[in-house]
Amino acid sequence: MMFRIQPAMLKIAAAAWLLGATGAMADTTLEFTQWWEPELPAGSLRAIMNDFEAANPGIKVTLVSGPYATTRDQISVGAATGTLSDVVGLDGAWVNNLNAQNALADMNPMMDASGFDKTQVADIIKVDGKAVMFPVASFVYPVFVNMDLAAQAGVTKLPSTRAEFLEAAKKMTHADKNQYGWVLPLSLQTPSGVQNDLMSWVWASGQSMMADGKPALEGKPVVDMLTFVKSLNDAGVISPGIATKTEQEKVEEFVNDRVGMMIDSLAHVNLIRERNPKLNFDLIPVPVVENYNGKRGLPYASWGIGISAASKHQEEAWKLVQYLMSEKVNAKLVSLANAFPGNVNAKPDFVTSDKAFAKAFEIYKTGYLANEFTGLPVAEDLMTKFDVEAQKMLAGEQSPEQAAANAQKGWMAKF
Amino acid sequence: MTRQKRSHHRLKRAVAPYLYLSPSLLIIGLLMLLPMVTVIGYSFQNSAVLRRDPTFAGLKHYQAIFADPVFWASLWHTLYFTCMSVVFHMTIGMVFALMLNSDRINPTLRNILRVLYILPWLFTAVIIAVIWRLLLEPNGVVNSVLMQMGIIGSKVEWFSSPATALHAVTFANIWAGYPLFMVSLLAGLQGIPRDFYEAADIDGAKAYQKLIFITIPQLMPIIISISLLDFIWTMQVFPLIWITTGGGPIYSTEVLSTYTYKLAFSSYNLSQASASAVVILLISLGLTLLYIRYQKAR
Repeated sequence: MMFRIQPAMLKIAAAAWLLGATGAMADTTLEFTQWWEPELPAGSLRAIMNDFEAANPGIKVTLVSGPYATTRDQISVGAATGTLSDVVGLDGAWVNNLNAQNALADMNPMMDASGFDKTQVADIIKVDGKAVMFPVASFVYPVFVNMDLAAQAGVTKLPSTRAEFLEAAKKMTHADKNQYGWVLPLSLQTPSGVQNDLMSWVWASGQSMMADGKPALEGKPVVDMLTFVKSLNDAGVISPGIATKTEQEKVEEFVNDRVGMMIDSLAHVNLIRERNPKLNFDLIPVPVVENYNGKRGLPYASWGIGISAASKHQEEAWKLVQYLMSEKVNAKLVSLANAFPGNVNAKPDFVTSDKAFAKAFEIYKTGYLANEFTGLPVAEDLMTKFDVEAQKMLAGEQSPEQAAANAQKGWMAKF
Repeated sequence: MTRQKRSHHRLKRAVAPYLYLSPSLLIIGLLMLLPMVTVIGYSFQNSAVLRRDPTFAGLKHYQAIFADPVFWASLWHTLYFTCMSVVFHMTIGMVFALMLNSDRINPTLRNILRVLYILPWLFTAVIIAVIWRLLLEPNGVVNSVLMQMGIIGSKVEWFSSPATALHAVTFANIWAGYPLFMVSLLAGLQGIPRDFYEAADIDGAKAYQKLIFITIPQLMPIIISISLLDFIWTMQVFPLIWITTGGGPIYSTEVLSTYTYKLAFSSYNLSQASASAVVILLISLGLTLLYIRYQKAR
């Protein structure tokens, strides 16, 4: 039997093809590379992207997700080869290098053109005057205190100054029972201890490790911090194994009642509860120098976002950035991530439902986000260099002043 | 057959072997030569990988790493780590192989020991690193046992003290690597004809004389081959050192592999990292040539 194609059928098919083709052509597909999706509840980031697509017909988002380290390498290579995704998840430590490669777009003109309210964002990371990154979600680093160990040691008032911290740490230390007042991870494998556990003391007192955009490690703030850390070490209150201890080991020691206090990411609250549901802990801001009454800098790590300079869809990419930084969406995202918002008006739901997070949110609200490594060139390398000098100081090979001077020399070579 | 046909036939015969080899050559070229040549190329470029328009740098990056005292410290640590590892791998491997080959040990016990001795070989480098980190941590089992035995008076920070860290990682690597020697030497021991020992017995040779004059000379080809291979492999060890100490404390366990890794992924100086990688390549190449010459001589 011969099958005859009716002219009407042909017309319908042609119309359908044309409609589909024009629809496909009208759609802009944005590629969004980040490491957030694996760290969020399954499907939650995709759901936010679906909402964005529904609110912005004609724009589709493809998520390119992977672990943090893989994403970092992927972005480095993408920047070098000009194949960076339209929208990229960023860590503040990367932006200087990426900017040096002209890989990130300046979002200043986009903000101006769209009338974006800059006061609603917690921070805008700028390099050479270019707005290259917004922190979307911030994971702050307060001091975690084991309240049972504190009570047993007779620490009734939680420390607010460095001197009080030293005293509390001394009281909590019982080396014969493998119990120490503080834990300091300075492994060279992941030198982030320099940022989170050392420099946080400087920033908490409203001080800085920089001056006029250059390192100022020989200044009083950093030397005082090193002297203070050395005094803790000399007093024997720091858990042994500092030079090879990693952040994970720090948390393990805290979870197992082996240290009284640690500076750690708020992101670990749930992990700590899972590992030891009976652990009774509280959060306090990082103690400050004597007589300091100003706002406290709060160290943080963030999920940042930026736009590729090579993107052909910068207008659409900016829409996605705006969407993620908007009050409601940002609150939803950070609630899923247990992080603090990049939009100052956003209020994550865990703040009202969880006491620890509520306390941390108070600390966050009364202080300001501080991380001077954000935007510095080869930030991880700088941390490694400082780490080595701090290790030498703790090993008794040099004084705090010499450690600061040697670190300054190493850093200046990188600027 | 015409002259043209003959020449065509000759050409086909000449080309045929290369056609058979071409899949292997293609794979070797793509997976081995290309990356090697690319890295060598990077070592002569400024801002390799990170820039789309890298410029020629000449020997600048080689000069930079040779002027870096940390590089020379890394080289020394690599040699210490490698030589100690190979010597102890060989010694322990030999002792255990002799033990497992001895008739004086009960066969059941011998089988149990065979399984126990080979265990370190079954673990990956990451597991080995984690095991030894836990055992050697200041509050770990090793310190506890040594203190109870009165060997040490206070807790030793094995991996965290510059005085002990290099010895500690070397020890962990020795523990992880001796089974290769043990298995190879055991196979060699089982291949030595019994007549040699019987003749030695008739001559009144003592046990140590049989070891020196029969066993070791008979095993020498295996010892040399495995030692050279072990030297090449140990020189490139990365995960064990990276996970246990990260090259620290200070630079006390920095070896060429961790030094190169930090240049590449901490400093993002991929040109210098490539130069350092080429130095490792040249050392490995030298040892490989030595191995090939030895194999040919046999």
